[in-house]
Amino acid sequence: MTRVYRIEWLPGSDRLRGTCHCGATIEGQDPLSMWQWLLAHPAHPGPGDPGPATS
Amino acid sequence: MSFVRDQWYVAAYSAEVGRTLLARTILNEPLVLYRTSAGQPAALADRCVHRHFPLSAGQLSGDTIVCGYHGFTYAPDGRCVAVPGQQRIPRTARVGAYPVAEQDSLVWIWIGDPERADPGLIPRAPWLDHEAYTTVRGMEPLAARYELLVDNLLDLSHETYLHGGYIGTPEVADTPISTEIDQEQRVVRVSRRMDDAACPPFYAKSTGISGRIVRWQDIEYRPPCLYLLHSRVAPAGILPRPDGTDPDGFHVEVVYAITPSTATSTFDFWAVARDFALGDADVSAFLHDSNRTVVLQDVEALNRLEQVVAAEPPGLQELSINIDTGGLAARRMLARLAEESAGLAVPLS
Repeated sequence: MTRVYRIEWLPGSDRLRGTCHCGATIEGQDPLSMWQWLLAHPAHPGPGDPGPATS
Repeated sequence: MSFVRDQWYVAAYSAEVGRTLLARTILNEPLVLYRTSAGQPAALADRCVHRHFPLSAGQLSGDTIVCGYHGFTYAPDGRCVAVPGQQRIPRTARVGAYPVAEQDSLVWIWIGDPERADPGLIPRAPWLDHEAYTTVRGMEPLAARYELLVDNLLDLSHETYLHGGYIGTPEVADTPISTEIDQEQRVVRVSRRMDDAACPPFYAKSTGISGRIVRWQDIEYRPPCLYLLHSRVAPAGILPRPDGTDPDGFHVEVVYAITPSTATSTFDFWAVARDFALGDADVSAFLHDSNRTVVLQDVEALNRLEQVVAAEPPGLQELSINIDTGGLAARRMLARLAEESAGLAVPLS
């Protein structure tokens, strides 16, 4: 399995969708906390918007 | 962020390393580079073991460097082979010799534990030394920490505001990106595909396209040093063919090597390789001058930003939005590599 983590900016919106190589996904608006969520694999925290857009 | 050691860095272009001594400080390590009579690049610590006089201020004699102060003489492996006035050479008379490798018209140097230097890990930029491409290049010193240049290059939306009239158009900042962290390949990818964009002068004048364009920007950052921007432009509506060939597209491979010099200075190597107008001197001069202007716009902005960042208290909060997804990915990868080199993390691959 290739260890690729992806965040796509959903066209026509300000939303981001993150996808882990294990298939787990998350949507949100803060790329920093979304990378944290993705790179926590395999211990992804609970789903949901992962937080405020600050770093 | 600290330096990432145990990595290959671009020290110079091949053409810069010859039979004269070239001084360059990389990751705070002063180096002297030269080429042996057999044509091999060599790199030594740029300090004589005797009184620490810079060897780069001395002379090349055959394949040895003679210190310009008292004549201590060093072989390419760093061994001292002659001292003035006596036969006995102290056993400790040696300077550091760095692993170097030449690839794709770049001279790479390994900064870190020499035992871990594997030339097979050097990332490739084959367009820079390929007959199917014509390349222009340069290097601008940056008075800013290397992380600012990484941030700059991973988010090309700044082209719209900082480089308008050269490479920036409104569509760059307006187009969503897709970003990947590939831990096995140790690469960050950022892709921006513009289906119908204005053609900036950089491409209009070099390709001859007069109307709107398809413009693809596919970034491949191989931390810590090598940054590749695979740029494709074509008249609007023209895509690669189903079989994968792309005879109607214009391809520009923009290559940066981001080499930290000190904590607040960086070597900004840049190159632009194209697969059209091959050998055309006018196009080469235009692309060289245009890209150098763009790089100098970045240099001016980042030098200014360095002054601000340096004066800020540590940990001051910044604001990140969608356009920063690539830059944040690069920071994560750099932090991971720094932890690995410090023995704080197990290598991912």
